[in-house]
Amino acid sequence: MKQPLLVFNDKGIYCEQANVYIDAWRPVDKCIITHGHADHSRWGHKQYITHKNNVPIIKHRLGEISVTGKDWNETFTINSVTFSLHPAGHIIASSQVRVEYKGEVWVFTGDFKTEDDGLAEVYQPVKCHTFITECTFGLPAFKWTPQEEVFRDINNWWATNKEEGKTSILFGYSLGKAQRLLKHLDTSIGKIYTHGAVENMTEVVRPYYDLPPTTLITRDTSKEEIKGNIVVAPPSAHGSTWIRRFVPYVTASASGWMTFRGARRRRAIDRGFVLSDHADWDGLLSAIDATGCEKIITTHGYTDIFSRYLREELGYDARTEKTQYEEENSETEKKIDNED
Amino acid sequence: MKDFAQLIKKLDSTNKTNEKVSALTAYFQNANDDDKLWTIAILSHRRPKRPVNTTLLRLWATEISGIPLWLFEESYHIVGDLAETIALILPASEEHSKKSLSQFVSEIIELRTLSEEEKKKYLHDNWLALNYFERFVFNKILTGSFRIGVSQKLMTRALSKATGIDEDILAYKLMGDWTPENTTYKKLILEHNEEDYLSKPYPFYLAYAVEDKFQEDLGPISDWSFEHKWDGIRSQVIIRNDEVFVWSRGEELVTDKYPEFQEFLKVIPNGTVLDGEILPFGEGEIGNFNALQTRIGRKNISKALLKKTPVILNAYDILEWEGKDIRQKPFIERRQILDELIQNIDSSEFGIYLSETMNFETWEEAAAERDLSREKRSEGLMLKRKDSPYLVGRKKGDWWKWKIDPFTIDAVLTYAMRGHGRRANLYTDYTFGLWNDGELVTFAKAYSGLTDAEFRQVDAWIKKNTLERFGPVRSVTPHHVFEIGFEGIAESSRHKSGIATRFPRILRWRKDKPIEEANTLSDLKALIPK
Ligand SMILES: [Zn+2]
Ligand SMILES: [Zn+2]
Repeated sequence: MKQPLLVFNDKGIYCEQANVYIDAWRPVDKCIITHGHADHSRWGHKQYITHKNNVPIIKHRLGEISVTGKDWNETFTINSVTFSLHPAGHIIASSQVRVEYKGEVWVFTGDFKTEDDGLAEVYQPVKCHTFITECTFGLPAFKWTPQEEVFRDINNWWATNKEEGKTSILFGYSLGKAQRLLKHLDTSIGKIYTHGAVENMTEVVRPYYDLPPTTLITRDTSKEEIKGNIVVAPPSAHGSTWIRRFVPYVTASASGWMTFRGARRRRAIDRGFVLSDHADWDGLLSAIDATGCEKIITTHGYTDIFSRYLREELGYDARTEKTQYEEENSETEKKIDNED
Repeated sequence: MKDFAQLIKKLDSTNKTNEKVSALTAYFQNANDDDKLWTIAILSHRRPKRPVNTTLLRLWATEISGIPLWLFEESYHIVGDLAETIALILPASEEHSKKSLSQFVSEIIELRTLSEEEKKKYLHDNWLALNYFERFVFNKILTGSFRIGVSQKLMTRALSKATGIDEDILAYKLMGDWTPENTTYKKLILEHNEEDYLSKPYPFYLAYAVEDKFQEDLGPISDWSFEHKWDGIRSQVIIRNDEVFVWSRGEELVTDKYPEFQEFLKVIPNGTVLDGEILPFGEGEIGNFNALQTRIGRKNISKALLKKTPVILNAYDILEWEGKDIRQKPFIERRQILDELIQNIDSSEFGIYLSETMNFETWEEAAAERDLSREKRSEGLMLKRKDSPYLVGRKKGDWWKWKIDPFTIDAVLTYAMRGHGRRANLYTDYTFGLWNDGELVTFAKAYSGLTDAEFRQVDAWIKKNTLERFGPVRSVTPHHVFEIGFEGIAESSRHKSGIATRFPRILRWRKDKPIEEANTLSDLKALIPK
């Protein structure tokens, strides 16, 4: 039997023919990185290959590394295997990886979403034979509302808090979600303040993406100055002493997990906005359909349930592979904190 | 429905009591009377009877959604709430039905009488005429009670703010077995109607468990009256107009379950309300709570059952005397009246006993009495402040429970199930086993007692050490030992282990213990009081 083009081993997703890994979770020689979230771009590889806009992001996170930047759709060949990166729409500079060898095409989605969020390069369906897809939200319970509506709610929430003399604190992962929030906040309501982690990452991507002005909160930022404005902070800031200086304030989280009433209550957050950087149920199914694939491998999320559905209801040859992204995801609290 | 759904959404999206009260107050100020009445009813768990069973609800919801039933079930296990799951998986809808809450509820009541086909059509049409959150609320009315952190007390406070009627008076008006079908908002809340008051109980005063070093906080011990605390059914018995009414703490009228209390008419004058505990009582002594279970569960109380499981009222307070509300009198004065009343009754003939009060000079003496509890089959001591009035609900300070330490045993985690609500998605409902002939025999289930961090740790372990899955349940490798505490223990033929425990809960995670050192079934049996 011939060896599959991509296999899942203890280090990551591996292409033996090219001796290249994708999003490896243990140090390897050569690794293609789909995007800058911590569970996909790990430390310690000898050589990184990623989208050019992702280069400054992972350099910011990992320090001085040896990295090559590629354009969308630019092909590069390693030992007769042709690779190319295609927009995944997950966060800024996030890619899917297309792998072709002797006419056989595989695509690994990394993390992706199908909705145009106005910031990340829009998801591009790529024809393939085998589709390795994430399914973080692979349950029919997940259906996203168009983001215009969600942002209308978020901006209304901010305006109401301001009227009541309260500061709004909005939690979102510092890479990706935070910039998406910044992009669509209505700055006619007030000023946007940022937590250091958000500010630093935003500064890194500003040269490539058009984002509104933000003000970093420092020790000298006074309470009066912030009042009625909005603060964008990473979820880890929730419940920290850092946050107490904003009293009176109201908290909200923007995440796909906010679909569940239980999730918001568990975190004791005042308001939950359902806003995700992953595909919802319909998004996953339409993406699969658009690839024209025959085989599917599910990783990352409700893999067993989703692959059973693909097999039994849609007739695909679908199976599940365990990855280390999934390990991280199985912890509920973490899920709510970050959707990387 | 729109306004009601908005209200629920607001209540659901804040943890702050003040914000909940103001949302409810605003609602009560603006809603029409019928909607107000139904809102009060729903928030005090007076839902209309379920018109459709949940099996059909699932089936129909999956049909509309075009997903297989197994996928619905999987989703339900993860979401943890049926109403929420159905609302989530149905196709998105931007509709806004104009129907009011009360109209929906009357249709739901009507629904019971319709054919299955008509029911299906009704649900189909209405599900698709509501947006996600309204649908969720609609499903909640159909299927179960709202758990949105709105206590009766909180609702009463908001209603008081909206109407200007005193909170305690409202609490009293809202007691009893009214439903929106047999009253109106005006009649229930606004009007004063003697007849309605005939069967009405008073809101129960509830005790708190004592805190660490409580002896220092409670002041001189001479301020306190002590009683043993028995495990029974907290009840009020009302004697008015030559009728007897029995209410349980869940505000349920249970008169029919205790026909023997009709005898009280012969010895207790009209205009009397007693607070006490219904206890099983065979052969001249207090029996086990398990015996009482057979009475609670039964619809028809047969003569044979009355004989087999006799009950008595152990009275410990009197709230109304000679037709007057005497709750403001100090506890010891109320007790004087009660003592005099009950002492003149032949207890064994009429099945009414007096809960004996005790006074102690030192906390050591009190503790010594508490140590006798297990022997006396009591759960510990009650402490009541001698000069305290009878308050409403759970107000800290005047009544305390000083329970004995629970029974404990070390058991092995054998099965786990996903939790619900706040803990959906985490495996937090555990089954525990004890050794018997080299096998682990299930003896109890428990789902509380660990910190959130511990639950997450166990959850992660369970996911990696699953042996088998049965729907939402997983069997796990026997590896972890937990100390389980429980309040009561008795033999039981309904349990695999032959033993029933009361209120089992996790006390500690015994990371130090290997499973071989967990207790055996015979260790457990040895704990049964002789
Ligand atoms: Zn990821
Ligand atoms: Zn990601």
